[in-house]
Amino acid sequence: MAAPVRIFLLVLLLLGPGGWGRAEPPRDSLREELVITPLPSGDVAATFQFRTRWDSELQREGGTDHSFLRYAVLPREVVCTENLTPWKKLLPCSSKAGLSVLLKADRLFHTSYHSQAVHIRPVCRNARCTSVSWELRQTLSVVFDAFVTGQGKKDWSLFRMFSRTLTEPCPLASESRVYVDVTSYGQDNETLEVYPPPLTTYQDVILGTRKTYAVYDLLDAAVVSNSRSLNIQLKWKRPPENEAPPVPFLYAQRYVSGYGLQSGQLSTLLYNTHPYRAFPVLLLDTVPWYLRLYVHTLTITSKGKENKPSYIHYQPAQDRMQPHLLEMLIQLPASSITKVSIQFERALLKWTEYTPDPNHGFYVSPSVLSALVPSVVAAKPGDWEESPLFNSLFPVSDSSSYFVRLYTEPLLVSLPTPDFSMPYNVVCLTCTVVAVCYGSFYNLLTRTFQIEEPRKGGLVKRLANLIRRARGVPPL
Amino acid sequence: MGLLSDPVRRRALARLVLRLNAPLCVLSYVAGIAWFLALAFPPLTQRTYMSENAMGSTMVEEQFAGGDRARSLARDFAAHRRKSGALPVAWLERTMRSVGLEVYTQSFSRKLPFPDETHERYMVSGINVYGILRHLAASTESLVLTVPCGPDSTNSQAVGLMLALAAHFRGQIYWAKDIIFLVTEHDLLGTEAWLEAYHDVNITGMQSSPLQGRAGAIQAAVALELSSDVVTSLDVAVEGLNGQLPNLDLLNLFQTFCQKGGLLCTLQGKLQPQDWTSIDGPLQSVQTLLLMVLQQASGRPHGAHGLFLRYRVEALTLRGINSFRQYKYDLVAVGKALEGMFRKLNHLLERLHQSFFFYLLPALSRFVSIGLYMPAAGFLLLVLGLKALELWMQLHEAGVGPEEAGENPPHPLTQGVGLASLVAPLLVSQAMGLALYILPVLGQHVATQHFPVAEAEAVVLTLLAIYAAGLALPHNTHRVVSTQAPDRGWMALKLVALIYLALQLACITLTNFSLGFLLAASMVPAAAITKPSGPRYVLLSPHCRARTPPHGFYLTRSSSPPGASAPPQGALRCPAGADEPSSYTPGQLVPVAGAAGGTALPDRGLAALPGHAGPGRAGAPHLRRPALPTAGSGPLPLLAALLERALLEVTEAAGSSPRSLLPRK
Repeated sequence: MAAPVRIFLLVLLLLGPGGWGRAEPPRDSLREELVITPLPSGDVAATFQFRTRWDSELQREGGTDHSFLRYAVLPREVVCTENLTPWKKLLPCSSKAGLSVLLKADRLFHTSYHSQAVHIRPVCRNARCTSVSWELRQTLSVVFDAFVTGQGKKDWSLFRMFSRTLTEPCPLASESRVYVDVTSYGQDNETLEVYPPPLTTYQDVILGTRKTYAVYDLLDAAVVSNSRSLNIQLKWKRPPENEAPPVPFLYAQRYVSGYGLQSGQLSTLLYNTHPYRAFPVLLLDTVPWYLRLYVHTLTITSKGKENKPSYIHYQPAQDRMQPHLLEMLIQLPASSITKVSIQFERALLKWTEYTPDPNHGFYVSPSVLSALVPSVVAAKPGDWEESPLFNSLFPVSDSSSYFVRLYTEPLLVSLPTPDFSMPYNVVCLTCTVVAVCYGSFYNLLTRTFQIEEPRKGGLVKRLANLIRRARGVPPL
Repeated sequence: MGLLSDPVRRRALARLVLRLNAPLCVLSYVAGIAWFLALAFPPLTQRTYMSENAMGSTMVEEQFAGGDRARSLARDFAAHRRKSGALPVAWLERTMRSVGLEVYTQSFSRKLPFPDETHERYMVSGINVYGILRHLAASTESLVLTVPCGPDSTNSQAVGLMLALAAHFRGQIYWAKDIIFLVTEHDLLGTEAWLEAYHDVNITGMQSSPLQGRAGAIQAAVALELSSDVVTSLDVAVEGLNGQLPNLDLLNLFQTFCQKGGLLCTLQGKLQPQDWTSIDGPLQSVQTLLLMVLQQASGRPHGAHGLFLRYRVEALTLRGINSFRQYKYDLVAVGKALEGMFRKLNHLLERLHQSFFFYLLPALSRFVSIGLYMPAAGFLLLVLGLKALELWMQLHEAGVGPEEAGENPPHPLTQGVGLASLVAPLLVSQAMGLALYILPVLGQHVATQHFPVAEAEAVVLTLLAIYAAGLALPHNTHRVVSTQAPDRGWMALKLVALIYLALQLACITLTNFSLGFLLAASMVPAAAITKPSGPRYVLLSPHCRARTPPHGFYLTRSSSPPGASAPPQGALRCPAGADEPSSYTPGQLVPVAGAAGGTALPDRGLAALPGHAGPGRAGAPHLRRPALPTAGSGPLPLLAALLERALLEVTEAAGSSPRSLLPRK
């Protein structure tokens, strides 16, 4: 899949030694941004970014204590309105003003892709890091499906996407901007047209490619005042053709191979489509314990040859306690497909351990890929504080590469499942029948039956005979 | 059990079994056949009902209205296809992408074991095209709508309808599962190639490119075959590879939408009987039942859906039939039925598992569950059990009471049946079974290299060779027989063979009832009756007469195989005739347990010659294996050997390679 950044409810918390929620911090500043990107397929991607910072009195201790590093995944959960509402309440203006008025659940979930995230991190306020600010950063990405909403047309407007228009910035915001990606994919610049015409444009390198954005600053009175509302529209002069979207340099695919309920194989395909540069990828896999991994079958092949990872960390599972953890650093050769596969056996659970819908299957969490992907265009080193928020989502470590974290799709694996429709009577009946039949048949098969003439009298007769013999009389 | 542990009553029971053995056997056999035929009648058939809650009520409003679009797409597809002479891959890719699917292709090739007689080709290669409709959440589950396109069959209307459905589905937001729209080339070959690549296994030696796009675990699949713009009825096929069947709920689902849309739906080409009270209804359902049993026993998939079943994907095939009926339905009606089915399948929370996996269908809305049809096979196998019991009693004199024991002089070698002497013939039979299973394929290449024969002929010749080698079996069995008590030898051998046969038939019946039942119905009488009594002997080598009796005689029997000949009535009337042949004196001719039945078999082998099959089937890999000799000719151990081969084939239903994927006609 071309856009593999599927985000689940993922919690990666770096907690400091103290509880950070104790003090009521003064709200410092809010920056809000909306980035709208028309995709080559005709769909429209919209990304909301909110960043709130507040000061805290907690002291930041030097270094990170890794005993507080936690990683948890709920692969079964799908982000839905129940997640959106509390997420919106974290915003200073809730959904009353600013960009967040556009966040209407009925529109946001009529989309073909939806992802929302919350990041919290401490930020040093000075060079020596003696005092710490906390930063809460919320992002929401949706892809509007042109086929569903636009009835085949690929023009869009804010009103058509969100059924709302922008009227005012959030009063608490220090910055409130809308960015529209107007980068022309073709040779000429005249493929699309934005209305109202933007006052400023902004150019930068995002994910390795140079992009041009039309910028609408809501704090600028001229933008909103004309019609008291801002409804940005984009029209295609020449509709984009239905061509396959450009392939990213790094993407991945994961699947279960094999069939039957005994064994199987987890396969992860890592695609490096860069024409000439190899780069390393850190692959993190957590596999639940009921898939018993055969670690000796771990094979990594790229271009038909074995690829030896430069670093492997494996932590075996304990039944019902902890999952398998497999972390590898793999070098992906240029323009190659690397296949990481490992075989497993499906465990038989205890009958109380099955979920209420065991035939649905059991989820295996997605693997996580972290990589520094080389970019085509050299980025200019900028001041992160000044550049837009979305820029720092993909921080540039040096000029030639950018950091990407990918999540593959979760997997659904069916385990051997007993028939729960009537376990008790079936088990009981079978046991009874087997017990009764087994006993009797064993008895019949191992004994030989003979007819004996019954000896009458027994003990009494023998005693009588003894007496008779003593008396010298013939026995009975 | 008390009955059996009481010696007196036990003796009485044993005497009953011995005396009434023949009538009991006949009765049991007749009861089995009668039970089977009675399966089509209402007390034994039940009405089908939907077990799966998620698909329970039909609260789905079908909105598909793309009939014109489907027809124009079908015309385009047919035109492009005529132009290119193969599957128009580029057109399909373009159209699917314009509809809004993620499109991928997969190329595959397979060397056929036999050259195709009509096209003179060994290598079949083709390209599958599939598009994935993604839904909002992560791709963990999917449904498949597949259209197999054969080299000759025009399935263009199905492709058109599939694309129009894809366009309609793409505009909806309620999907909770991905939907894969798959167009396969070369019918089942393409389907198998795609399935193997999707599950990343290789079991048929297919060379195919790896799949670029996947959509999680496939929950259900529907194969669609249409050859005209209008249909009069929809035929549904359920029988899969090796007689596997999809969950009954899937069929119920189809039937629900048949009724809802007022479509005329058929099973095995037969309409559902309307009137169950008169004799016509049940008679029609008997026909349907028999057709299904034959279809299932063949083990061939009755459509592209049959290959999905191995991967635990419930699947069925819908065929549009255009006959001369008055009422015709256009593609919209078919499309609405499919849309309804897919929306219902979309509701599924778990895999289809609630309803039956083992059933027989006398009509579309009636079914027979496994608990009701198994007694039919049970009665047939009881015959073998009774016969074995009789032999056991005769061998051990268990049932012979004191008065009978007094009448007949006690047997000189009562306890002398050495099981060790049975090992050799049993091993030989086992080896025969294995040889029948393995050698025709192994020997095929060797034979074509060294002899001027075609590949297809080589298989038949190998079979002939094995059957000829089977003739050596009687020579081996005479070691068992050639003790002083020849009777006991063949009795012990037959006892073991009967039990073995019964066990294997029971196993086959469990996995594929139709095959097991047909085999039992044809083999049981022969197996029960076969007995080396009353043959005419031809002495082959007179000069051997001077030598010692057991090893000096090479006998063959000129009578026809025991299954075909009239059964020796004496054998049935005096089952306790164990003492009679014991009066053979040394030098007298000793009957040999096996009969030379091998000559009758190659005819059946020839009937299954690939070259003699239909044109599209020529070179089908499933014909690499000889067709099963079903009739009960030939000696008993050989029967067991054949059975073992059949069992090996059937057990592959759960396991390895499929034998029958080939371009249907």
